[in-house]
Amino acid sequence: MKKNSKLIWTPDRSKFPEQNSDGSLDVDLASQKYVKVWQGPNHPGVTGNMSLELTICGDEIVQAKTHVGYLHRGFEKLIERRKFIQGFTTCIRMCVAEPDTNEYNFSRCVEELSGIEVPEMANWLRALALEMARLQMLLRIVPGQGNTTGLGLGVQWGVYLRDLILDRFEELTGGRVYHMYITPGGVRGLLPDGFKQRMEDALKKIDEFIVDITKLMYNNAVFKKRTVGVGYLDPAWIDKFGVVGPNARAAGFKRDVRKDYPYLIYDKLDYEPFTATDSDIYTRSLVRREDLRTTVELIRQIMAKMPKTGNIRAQTPNVLHWKIPKGETYVRCESSRGEYGYYMVTDGSEFPRRVNLRGPSYVHAVSLLEKLLVGANIADVSSMMVSLGTCPPEIER
Amino acid sequence: MSLKDILTPFTAWGNIVKEPITIKDPINNRPGAPRYRGFHKNDITKCIGCGSCEEICPNNAIDLLPVEGIETKDGDSGLRPRIDYGRCCWCGLCVDVCTTGSLTLSNEYKWIEEGNADAYRFTPGVDKKPWDKNELGWNKPVPNYEFYALDRVEMQELEPNKRDNSFIEIVQGFSKEQAQLEADRCVECGICVAACPAHMGIPAYIKAIRDDDLEHGLNILYDTNPLPEICGRICTHKCESVCSLGHRGEPLSIRWLKRYIADQNPSEEYKKILETENIEKNGKKVAIIGAGPSGLSAAYYLALLGYEVKIFELYPEAGGMMRYGIPEYRLPYDQIDKDIDYILSLGVEIQYNTRVGGDVSLDELKEKYDAVFAGTGLHLGRSTRIPGSDHKNVYQSIELLSKITKGEEINLTEKIVVIGGGNVAMDITRSLARLQKQKFGKVQIITTSLETEDILPADVEEVVEAREENAVINPGWGPKSVEIIDGKIKGLNVVRCLSVFDEEHRFSPKFDEDDKKFFEGDMIVESIGQGMDISYIAEDIKSSIEFGPRGRIVVDKYFQSSAKWLFVGGDIIQGPDVIHGIANGHKAALGIDKYLHH
Ligand code: SF4
Ligand code: SF4
Ligand code: SF4
Repeated sequence: MKKNSKLIWTPDRSKFPEQNSDGSLDVDLASQKYVKVWQGPNHPGVTGNMSLELTICGDEIVQAKTHVGYLHRGFEKLIERRKFIQGFTTCIRMCVAEPDTNEYNFSRCVEELSGIEVPEMANWLRALALEMARLQMLLRIVPGQGNTTGLGLGVQWGVYLRDLILDRFEELTGGRVYHMYITPGGVRGLLPDGFKQRMEDALKKIDEFIVDITKLMYNNAVFKKRTVGVGYLDPAWIDKFGVVGPNARAAGFKRDVRKDYPYLIYDKLDYEPFTATDSDIYTRSLVRREDLRTTVELIRQIMAKMPKTGNIRAQTPNVLHWKIPKGETYVRCESSRGEYGYYMVTDGSEFPRRVNLRGPSYVHAVSLLEKLLVGANIADVSSMMVSLGTCPPEIER
Repeated sequence: MSLKDILTPFTAWGNIVKEPITIKDPINNRPGAPRYRGFHKNDITKCIGCGSCEEICPNNAIDLLPVEGIETKDGDSGLRPRIDYGRCCWCGLCVDVCTTGSLTLSNEYKWIEEGNADAYRFTPGVDKKPWDKNELGWNKPVPNYEFYALDRVEMQELEPNKRDNSFIEIVQGFSKEQAQLEADRCVECGICVAACPAHMGIPAYIKAIRDDDLEHGLNILYDTNPLPEICGRICTHKCESVCSLGHRGEPLSIRWLKRYIADQNPSEEYKKILETENIEKNGKKVAIIGAGPSGLSAAYYLALLGYEVKIFELYPEAGGMMRYGIPEYRLPYDQIDKDIDYILSLGVEIQYNTRVGGDVSLDELKEKYDAVFAGTGLHLGRSTRIPGSDHKNVYQSIELLSKITKGEEINLTEKIVVIGGGNVAMDITRSLARLQKQKFGKVQIITTSLETEDILPADVEEVVEAREENAVINPGWGPKSVEIIDGKIKGLNVVRCLSVFDEEHRFSPKFDEDDKKFFEGDMIVESIGQGMDISYIAEDIKSSIEFGPRGRIVVDKYFQSSAKWLFVGGDIIQGPDVIHGIANGHKAALGIDKYLHH
């Protein structure tokens, strides 16, 4: 593992076996120098199940393998058996924590492939729903980082605030967790009366939360000790692995789909993605705190700039027998974990031929995590997983 | 790391003096948002059992089932959706797609019901639930949120000034794009199929249009209707009046779609497409009286079954009322010919200008043929029998219409009054208006009826178009007498008609004799319905036939009379309209086949 110069703590690598030239390791368990332990399958501080097969030497990891398969529900396949109007009720389950990005990507694939123009009003509402989704997710993951180091209080705050956002979701979309709001063709409702005020009330509380969590967590000696310099992600790996979102921004890469490939109405909003360079757990968490701030700001902008009313749905073909010509497309949006993409292939029938999710967690939590864990202390595994934004349901769908 | 980093986190202790934000019982104390997607409600009196909710449900959570107390009737399948909460994901798609808007979700969060393990599977609106009266919850979103287009694709029609002095066809027909757009609106519920007297495979042929497989479409048409060009133009379209989409929008243009399929298939190809090139004869012979819709339909299906069919027709050409009653601007003769020629091409023979009961007797037919089908229609005009209605310038619409078809001279005058509010009255009004325009350069025709505007039996578009062609339609008057001075008709005296039917819906018009009006005219046309003439059935045969009320012949479901060899159908049994005739003819053909083979 490459080292960060600012590292304040380093594992003692002298006890570790040298890797072979191809990166493999000869671990002789009979030597009694190594032990294999499983972390999981359980919720290691993240949403959903996966497990890690760790080979440890003392309390340090010499080898890590990701195991998935506990959460495979075959949603991509199920969508192939759903009409285009039905798919959005299934795809949301691919990422329990942030379903809206799925609704949006799925719908946009369908719209692009059948050449449908979504009304302006619907685009604003979609952006609002997507930012709300990012917001409620960040409210979990920002304090959740502290939780992995034993700081449970922030999570209590976050859960309460997230609930306020779920309340707003409930009144806007009719659902709390699975919103099923963005459908192919548009969205399913205008803002209810008084929504903006209630949203602003919630946002104010989140402003306060940012101050409080900074004092509680970011200016906390224990938290810093556990996260500064730990889990260093070498900027050279960003492009090699396809690292996106906050993880890339914490390594100095200004990667943000909303800026790089503006969609919906994001080109009408004014903001700068926050970047930092230290690329450790602390910095990634810091970037997420700033993401939270940005999202709060974006929601305020959206509510101020959006039209008062308008059409929320384009006239699509009759949804009961909506056929889409042969074609394929890849669409993406910025989820709380970075670029979140959908690839859809259609074959002229009433069903998608293939829907494939390209989520950030696959890269971050499978290929990257295995590398990052080598040399880490076993106590930091959960912390690393959360800092990478791991979401198992999106890994194996 | 600094001392500050050790101390600042302790500011969180400040929370100790704050009010707790935790709600003790969040579920019971907090109502769902007004839009929350809770539990299903269904206004079962509004629901028509179209099954669109069942069709759209991504989880197969809905089944349509018969419900006690709800009858199957035209426009209502009698079924209602049952929801299975073991499968439902509360997406609300069923609500969004609902054709009638009857289905909604309440905003309840919770539902606890003790004792009944199967309660999670229930028929909303039928199985009473605590939330049935809850007004809040998920409704289909704001206007312009539709899963299918509510408006029809507009049909091209000739402008009034381009049509009011000629008999060229008004309705131009759909282009491919228009037909496919219109066909796309169908939700494939099949409600229309039940209402169509011929039970045509409507959703299936509409699908054939979407799939652009018009040959398959033609096959579906001919399964139940051998006169699609004709029906595609002038059918009374009972299907459209029940179409599910009509509840919140405009019903599908089913008739024009049928016409589109027929129009697009060239007649030369029919035999190949319909696979009727080699029909094996079965050696049996059937005589048919009248080449109207029922006769032609019976002839077609009998010919398909291998019968040798001969039609005896009074007029010089085939088609009956379709040719001699319906004006050319609605139904051009070449389209009638297209349908009929194809039937004749299957070996059906027609002997024209032949009156059964005159040129040939029914007895002879009985002797020479294995069975006889009579579809002689309603050709006798009915008179109002008001004073003066026996004047020579008082005509029956039906005789004038057939004269126009035959190209015979009509003693046309400058001012005409028509009595009648049905489609035939509109037909004669608009035909005479055209002739007036041709002869005098202007139209002076008044059409009046007992029925007021809101209950006029004629199709709305007929009335609208008649007015566009400068005819005056003045409904709601009862004719009293024809004003005649010096042997010449001066006009029609009428009084205000207050109601047409009594409580039991029997014909029993009431008038306000003080509210009088005079419609000026020098020619009067009566168009108040037609009667049948079955004098061709000789007395000895009559005695073997059972008659019902108002002289109607009693037939079974195969249109077989009590004289087993005689089948009767068309307007003299049901209708009057073309599609009932077609349905009767088809059924009778099957009945004849059954009769002759068992
Ligand atoms: S879609 Fe509506 S009208 Fe049709 S069956 Fe379902 S509830 Fe009834
Ligand atoms: S809410 Fe969705 S899942 Fe439930 S019955 Fe309706 S369509 Fe099916
Ligand atoms: S035409 Fe209308 S009634 Fe018939 S299947 Fe289509 S939507 Fe249903």
